[in-house]
Amino acid sequence: MTPLAKLLEAALFASARPIATDELAALDADASPAALSAALEEIREHYDVDGHGVELIEIGGGWQILTRAEYTEAIERAQLAARPARLSAAALESLAIIAYRQPISRAEIEEIRGVNIGSVLKGLHERGLIDVVGRGEGLGRPLLYGTTPVFLEHFALRHLEELPRADELAIALRAPMLETAGSVNNTATASTD
Amino acid sequence: MTATLTPPYGQLTPDSPAPDNAFVVELKTFSGPLDLLLTLIREEQLDIYDIPIAHIAGQFLIRIRTLGLNEAAEYLEMAARLLRIKAQLLLPRGDEEAWEDPRGELVRRLLEYQQMREVVDVLERRGEERRNQFARAYLPQAPAAPQAPLALSLGELLAAVDRVLRVVSRPDMHEVIPRALDIPGAIALIRSVLAHRARMRWTDLVDRRAEPWEILSALLGLLELAKLGELRVDQPQPFANVEITRDAASEAA
Repeated sequence: MTPLAKLLEAALFASARPIATDELAALDADASPAALSAALEEIREHYDVDGHGVELIEIGGGWQILTRAEYTEAIERAQLAARPARLSAAALESLAIIAYRQPISRAEIEEIRGVNIGSVLKGLHERGLIDVVGRGEGLGRPLLYGTTPVFLEHFALRHLEELPRADELAIALRAPMLETAGSVNNTATASTD
Repeated sequence: MTATLTPPYGQLTPDSPAPDNAFVVELKTFSGPLDLLLTLIREEQLDIYDIPIAHIAGQFLIRIRTLGLNEAAEYLEMAARLLRIKAQLLLPRGDEEAWEDPRGELVRRLLEYQQMREVVDVLERRGEERRNQFARAYLPQAPAAPQAPLALSLGELLAAVDRVLRVVSRPDMHEVIPRALDIPGAIALIRSVLAHRARMRWTDLVDRRAEPWEILSALLGLLELAKLGELRVDQPQPFANVEITRDAASEAA
């Protein structure tokens, strides 16, 4: 491996969180962006081709070394690490809405899900998956929620744009058949900003 | 989600304790009324853009009853909404042009919800993949470190006790003398005064230098007599002197 690749590997090993590309660039002032991505590619290939128990993946706006899925059970059985608890259906539904409609207030999420979500939001916030990103204009200036970098990490996403766009979903809203469905088209198109 | 309902279906399990004492239910089978409605539509292979409302409303009511959901407000609200749409559809359409399909809003919400469920599927799949990989710096939740055993000599302990005792000032002590109230005495006094005079004032009854027990006895005696109907107590305005009048009715009797 090249010296730059070794340096990056050491940094990635030392860090608990994904390291963003510009943070990696700070490790070596002389390295060009092209040299950095070549080095990252080198590490990845090294792990993949030589057959390592870990792999390098792009996640949450950065890079991270993770163990390969096939060893999870053995590691967990030996109680060296434990998988985090799965999110409930209610939590996932709320997260999906927040991811597409952020910044969004609690009332708007409840409107889409058709249920009360008080404790669900609290749980998501405690797990660091969402955060308060501002206050709305409406009555009482409601808190607005958005997703965090931890959200990206949790779902192995490089960035939010990796989620399917509204029109890519299988249920992409088809041409309305109802007279009133004109509004259907507009309101249900989730924005992915 | 299938149509077969295996116990414990519809079991309401309280979620993590809600801070505002809201009754939160996590449903085993459905995550909300829209979920239930979508499931019914899918099961019966209905066109979401042309929902037979009367039919689906009936199915919805049956289902929430079997699932024991008919006490959850959100499901009840949806049931009411369906019945309203059903009623609206029964009304004659006056002007075919201007007629608005009362199902429009419901369809919009259902589609929106369905789209969100698709995203949930994506998230679930990706989350499960990531769950199966560990990052480098995994730290198991360390149990709180036990308190270090106390290392202390007798001298240090005594010094500490001395320090504490010196800070604590000596408390003020006083003797509490029980003073019994004399209500029968007060009643006798009031009766004897009222035997001579039709009316009197509080200040006539209680001396300015009266002790608390005397004041209390007079007050309780007065109230007792008022209860018995032997006198009336009036106070023309707040903090004014209380006027005590012999009761005319009892006098007549």
